[in-house]
Amino acid sequence: MSSINLDMSAPEGTVALLRHLLGSGKVSAVLALRKSPDTGAYDIGLIADEAGLDNAAPVDPVMLANTGQILSSLTPAKKPLAVVLKPCELRGFVERVKRDQGSLENVLTISYTCGGVFPLEKVIGESFADAIPGYFKRVASGEIVEGTREACRGCERFIPSSADMTIAMAGAPGSTAGCCIYLNTDRARELAEGLEGKQSDDEFDPAMTRELAAKRTAEKEKIFSSLTPAGGGLDALIEVFGKCVGCHGCGRVCPICYCLLCDFESRSFDYDLPYFEKELAGKGALRLPPDTIFFHLGRMTHMSFSCVGCGLCSDVCPVGIPVAHIFKKVGEHTASLFDYVAGRDVEEAIPVMVFKEEEFDELG
Amino acid sequence: MDREFTPRITALLCKWCSYTGADLAGTSRLQYPTSIIAMKVMCSSRVDPVLLIKAFLSGSDGVLLGGCHPGDCHYEVGNYHARRRFAILKGVFDTLGLESERLKLSWISASEGPKFAQVANEYTEEIKKMGENPSKKKMFL
Repeated sequence: MSSINLDMSAPEGTVALLRHLLGSGKVSAVLALRKSPDTGAYDIGLIADEAGLDNAAPVDPVMLANTGQILSSLTPAKKPLAVVLKPCELRGFVERVKRDQGSLENVLTISYTCGGVFPLEKVIGESFADAIPGYFKRVASGEIVEGTREACRGCERFIPSSADMTIAMAGAPGSTAGCCIYLNTDRARELAEGLEGKQSDDEFDPAMTRELAAKRTAEKEKIFSSLTPAGGGLDALIEVFGKCVGCHGCGRVCPICYCLLCDFESRSFDYDLPYFEKELAGKGALRLPPDTIFFHLGRMTHMSFSCVGCGLCSDVCPVGIPVAHIFKKVGEHTASLFDYVAGRDVEEAIPVMVFKEEEFDELG
Repeated sequence: MDREFTPRITALLCKWCSYTGADLAGTSRLQYPTSIIAMKVMCSSRVDPVLLIKAFLSGSDGVLLGGCHPGDCHYEVGNYHARRRFAILKGVFDTLGLESERLKLSWISASEGPKFAQVANEYTEEIKKMGENPSKKKMFL
């Protein structure tokens, strides 16, 4: 058995799967998105009893935080834990595991072909609940849903790369009435045993989402070409990051930026008056807070090759800098130097942790 | 009257090879330009690319990172790591259209005084052709 079909929509089926896992005692807890029936507010819930699943909305188009980041503090798990993640969140967690910031042990990862999420400012809006049913229909038909985040509209990696279970949603027309759960690992098959549904030997075939992937690629190219610092040099960089208020929010929400004390917030870059006087003498005027572009350039060298494109950095930016796509564009280049794909495989070493004796001869 | 532009090149040199090579250039009385401002670091891999970015944004016309030849690192593999980080830094600069020519990596051993002088001379000439680093005048940096 490598897949199981449930006679209900993909969102309902995901909850049914979680009920099965928790109800049968196969997992001790579930980590998934929840939605309050009273206020419509979302949270990420760690749920240990079945009643807690009543509010579960595990595949709703909302990303409050990178669940991969949250999962770090819950692992290594002593008892089996099932977690529903978007593909980028899963890749984020895999990158963290590589950095010893989490463990896949006892974690059952459930992911799905993702149709993208809405910006947080829309999620807190009153009319958001009305948008959801239409969203699932459009996602199933393989559309790029209007109003979803730019990072999602241009995301080509919407198929989970290493999940134990993959639920067909985006680009799966049947997902509004049927839930197909692909069981990719032995652990998944073992845990799905006893789940009532139609079993089959079908394996996940990425070909079925090819059309959507092509649309996303085209959208990504469009977004990339509209970026201001698209190879535009120092002036373009100043133009786009000139708005930065230096809150470092993009780094805080980043699943890859795991340092407990960020170098840029350390005393290393705490300046005193003599420093400012020296700078002032050369330039005549200074912009404060200092080091905004420095922070972004530094972060790019530290983590761009591991960027999973989750888009949270853009989402939390208070001044609307398209952080995610700038980092993604840079990251695609820096990762390509090492044929690296962030979060693809937990066995794939982070480029800066390994080396080859013969490489980059042109540099030295 | 226009004074000739003398670049300021921040050079981070590893204690075991490049810095010793620079020392040798000095004690051998080899001529190299005053544009090089040398700083000793324990290993090229000690240099977080962030330090090179800081030098670049603070108006250094050129930034030089010197280490032992591949295979000769005092700590065995430090320079291999430095090389990867440097490649990433260059990649970031190239994608954003920043002048990555202002960043240079060079392997100079402790016995290569003449090579150090040569690199210093050639790099200074290269930077002279490029002119001043525009970041020097930007108040936004």
